[in-house]
Amino acid sequence: MSNPKADKPKPKVAFFEFTDCEGCQLQVANLGGQLLELTQAVDVVNFREIMSEEGQEYDVAVIEGSIVSQRDETRLKAIAAKAKVIVALGACAATGGVNNLKNLQSLEEQKKTVYGLVDPVKDAFATKPIDAVVRVDYYIHGCPIYGPEFVKVMQCVLQGKPYDVPKYPVCVECKQNENVCMYDKGQFCLGPVTRAGCNSWLPNNGAPCVGCRGLIDNPATDAAKDILDKYGLTVQEVLDKFTLYCNTQKERVKYEKEFPKGR
Amino acid sequence: MKKSSPKDVKINVHYLTRVEGHGDITVDVTNGELKDCRFSVIESPRFFETMLRGRLVYEAQHLTSRICGICACGHSLASLKASEKAIGVTPHEHTVLLRKLLLHTEQMDSHLLHAYILVAPDLLGVKSIMPLVKTHRPVIDRAFRMKKLSDWAGDVLAGRHTHPIAYCIGGLTRVPEKSQLQKLRSMMAEARADYDETVALFKTLKFPDFERKAQYVALSCDEEYAFYDGQINIDGRKMVDPQDYLTVIKEEVRDYSSAKFVSVDQAPYMVGALARFNLNGHQLGKKSLQIASDLGLKRPCHNTFMNTMAQIVEWGHCLEESIVILDRLLKEGIDEEKVLSTMFPLKDQWPVKTRAGRGVGAVEVPRGILFHDYTVGKDGVVSAANCIIPTNQNINNLEADMRKIVPEIVGSQTQEEMRLTLEMLARAYDPCISCSTHLLDVKFIA
Repeated sequence: MSNPKADKPKPKVAFFEFTDCEGCQLQVANLGGQLLELTQAVDVVNFREIMSEEGQEYDVAVIEGSIVSQRDETRLKAIAAKAKVIVALGACAATGGVNNLKNLQSLEEQKKTVYGLVDPVKDAFATKPIDAVVRVDYYIHGCPIYGPEFVKVMQCVLQGKPYDVPKYPVCVECKQNENVCMYDKGQFCLGPVTRAGCNSWLPNNGAPCVGCRGLIDNPATDAAKDILDKYGLTVQEVLDKFTLYCNTQKERVKYEKEFPKGR
Repeated sequence: MKKSSPKDVKINVHYLTRVEGHGDITVDVTNGELKDCRFSVIESPRFFETMLRGRLVYEAQHLTSRICGICACGHSLASLKASEKAIGVTPHEHTVLLRKLLLHTEQMDSHLLHAYILVAPDLLGVKSIMPLVKTHRPVIDRAFRMKKLSDWAGDVLAGRHTHPIAYCIGGLTRVPEKSQLQKLRSMMAEARADYDETVALFKTLKFPDFERKAQYVALSCDEEYAFYDGQINIDGRKMVDPQDYLTVIKEEVRDYSSAKFVSVDQAPYMVGALARFNLNGHQLGKKSLQIASDLGLKRPCHNTFMNTMAQIVEWGHCLEESIVILDRLLKEGIDEEKVLSTMFPLKDQWPVKTRAGRGVGAVEVPRGILFHDYTVGKDGVVSAANCIIPTNQNINNLEADMRKIVPEIVGSQTQEEMRLTLEMLARAYDPCISCSTHLLDVKFIA
């Protein structure tokens, strides 16, 4: 196939991971054929999970994982200084993900429980999403990310367009998928307050949404009011039921005060 | 890097590539004497055990599957077994079959990723699969096709492979559709051709010669080549109930490295495909045994590099076993009433009146035996948790291998060749450092 833009250099994309399970990069690797198509449009110069080649120059840095130590923070700042565009890949990078649960307990006490008297992690601190340290241009939410959304975001990156994360709740997608409402099944679900974009992955499989993509920006106005009203629930009551990720949002408020965005 | 000389070699591989997670290799040979040789884990700790403390046992599976993106299903299953044992839930046999099926497809997924995408580039003399896209396109297409099969199996069974959705305490939140299972069955039958091609390819690839007899540890049971159930088989010497794993498996901190070291009877041991093959290989089917022999694998095999070959053998075994399970489920029809369960039940929906207890779940995941150990109170809240992951168990053995191989190759290999040999050795274990439950941080060596 001829490439009309053959003379134009392809943007260089580098993947970096911090503290996480690397499952989101795996979702990218799993794109298989689609990933190969993407490599027609960009040069992947750094993807340590599957490549030994290392590029020192890149335009787009795709960052996975949370920042949990001074060393992480220093490395992230160095990466960001070289990148024109920064993409947060997955919940751990975008909001802190499950790593935020660590912040609900005393770090010193947890170190003692896990490591005893030795403290091998002196520079460890409370979990931060990457935007507590550097500017983020694109967010890909979810634990793990939803492959089709990654492709969409990368298309926006290549075209230099912003990507709008859906502002409506998961319930909208869930209804389109004609799932039986989890509340009708007698279960709690964070769908009414969680930002959509995953095609209601959990409810499609009989499990309630746990809010891994983070809360919609304005739960007070944008939540699925009809469902909350039907069951006489407030946003807070729903949030209190599931705290695997929704602490993320509480933590975020704190972060945004403590760590103003930008670099 | 300093210039190589037979008497003075310094190797420092910073951020080993094509593995999951962050690890460094350090070798220091001065005046022909091996001074230092270590594999350092530089992944930051994540404190999963303390995160679990104080949470309902019904959340443990969701949370602990996030330990690892590659063996998420294995963590889920070890977690479910530990939880069920602690609170006294016995899953229906169809649930167990669906779990074994998920575990088989995860072995396939992970082994395929390792053999084709992480290891094959070394054997073909390139740095990643990227150059192979041009030079070996049919091989790459086949690898992606086989990867897609196991990945799609995860979609059908659990909603996705990373991180599985439908598997929960007592069963599944939804039962896979019959038509999907039929489609999976026929795709698996078709995949035999790709598998045969894979075996033919790996037959032509040559792994380095190396020999070091390790202790091998894996689950073993009378009924089958064990993955989901069994007793801990300590190098053929003794069998230990998983509930008593702490009586044989010891973790220690050493001051020269901050990764915890795991040992059995004060010695390193190896877990994973090669350990399983050495201990349980007699339980493989005829075809798998023939393939093992074709690939040059003979029990017991003491060449760590051959772990990848054992993975290739297991891929075929898991494919055939998956077909057997699918045939049975399709014939009997999944008993929905017995299998369906709730992910996060409210207290009045709990499947059992929760008793206080401790449960250990041991499962063979792609990289070896995995333990989850939970103590749960009557209120269903986890009060203590411990996880021991395969890579952590292997690090001690990897260092023992490195200490044996370095003197053997000093002098005959250039420093760059040595570096590659050591990287390949580490990669042979398929280290999965993100499984960070117990891994500690280390300081860089200047």
